[in-house]
Amino acid sequence: MTQETLKPQEKKALIELLYQLADDDFILSFRGSEWLGLAPHIEEDVAFSSISQDMMGHANLYYNLLEDLGEGEADKIAHLRTPDLFRNAIILEEVNGPGTYLKEPDYDWAFTVVRNYFYAVHKHIRLDSLRHSSYEPLAEAARKIMTEQYYHLMHWEVWFKQLMTSTDEAIQRMTTAIQKVWKDFGGVLTLGPYYEDIVKANLIDDEAVMKKRWNNKIEAVLKEVGANYPGEPRMERGNGRNGVHTDDLKQATSTLSEVYATNPSTGW
Amino acid sequence: MSELKNSMTDIVMDALGKVKDPEIASVSILDLGMVHEVYVTEGAVKVSVLPTFSGCPALHIIERDIKKAIEEVEGIQSVEVNFVFTPSWTTDRITPEGRERLKEFGISPPPANHVMGEPWEIDCPYCGSTYVTMENIFGPTACRSILYCKSCKNPFEAMKPVADMGL
Repeated sequence: MTQETLKPQEKKALIELLYQLADDDFILSFRGSEWLGLAPHIEEDVAFSSISQDMMGHANLYYNLLEDLGEGEADKIAHLRTPDLFRNAIILEEVNGPGTYLKEPDYDWAFTVVRNYFYAVHKHIRLDSLRHSSYEPLAEAARKIMTEQYYHLMHWEVWFKQLMTSTDEAIQRMTTAIQKVWKDFGGVLTLGPYYEDIVKANLIDDEAVMKKRWNNKIEAVLKEVGANYPGEPRMERGNGRNGVHTDDLKQATSTLSEVYATNPSTGW
Repeated sequence: MSELKNSMTDIVMDALGKVKDPEIASVSILDLGMVHEVYVTEGAVKVSVLPTFSGCPALHIIERDIKKAIEEVEGIQSVEVNFVFTPSWTTDRITPEGRERLKEFGISPPPANHVMGEPWEIDCPYCGSTYVTMENIFGPTACRSILYCKSCKNPFEAMKPVADMGL
């Protein structure tokens, strides 16, 4: 399908899906950028900021696809929406830990590794499906993103497996982080209220199929590092795909858009 | 060849050859294989460009530089630059000249026919040794990795290999 051949119902579903894809990458990439200068060591600082930059680029690609569909300018979509219009999963907006990057950041590296690894696994599964999407511009974008995301997945998998097989303290912290992420990771694995239309339009695989792929992969990895699979991840604080969010998203978007909002008509 | 040289397309291509990667001053966008198609019709030029990495901040600068370079060609009234994703930019699009110029800049070119997931062999751009270690897959820009040569004891960079994911 192209822009011209989309039926109204398909277009609506496509727009919903694109907001999910864009906002997931946008918000998690922002959380990643807050680690700049604070990562455990200098090499990680280089790697993590590069990954965050790639992810911001991926969000930008999706926002541009939304712009092509008449949703307004990509920059405005990213910067001027109120939090209730965001479609990212709640676990991705959560702060990195107490403090801010400017003042007493007491960020949780185990939480960051777990969240990013689980997300990277899902993102890979999602892209693998999107590259066959019925909407050709989305399929093309997915193929591009995939070549870059390959390195992200590899990166987080190394961190995850090493910390899970490291000292008692590392294993303890990682286990706590897994329990925390598990409570809300179900929100990443859902396609939201327009799920049926999204799947019917062949934009992406059925969410049940992708969920199963994710669960199988994570279960195998947990087994490999000697940890227990805690059953299906939950969605305790609500579904971000419905526009349900926490105050953490407000903090994220107001910081992200602080400069842009001072003069939206200027070219930044 | 001399006959072809006179065509407008060739003059435009020459102009494109002068557009450098803002972050690697020695290589042009033609060297990097970023130019996909060029159409010249009656003083109007359309260039489609393959972005290297999607979050690359140099893309806007490259777009501006392409316009500037072609607009200077006599007889050209308009220039349109589009970024496209099909075909995908992969590191095997880098030309042999581009590979040499990357080396001059201290950046090792990627393996010519990389298969995603397989280990890559990288030679030191200074001494040619293969006795190198990967320090960080991620480097100072999205497209570069950081390595260390155990033979001549120099740190160096390499273009991160990007291959099509089997489509």
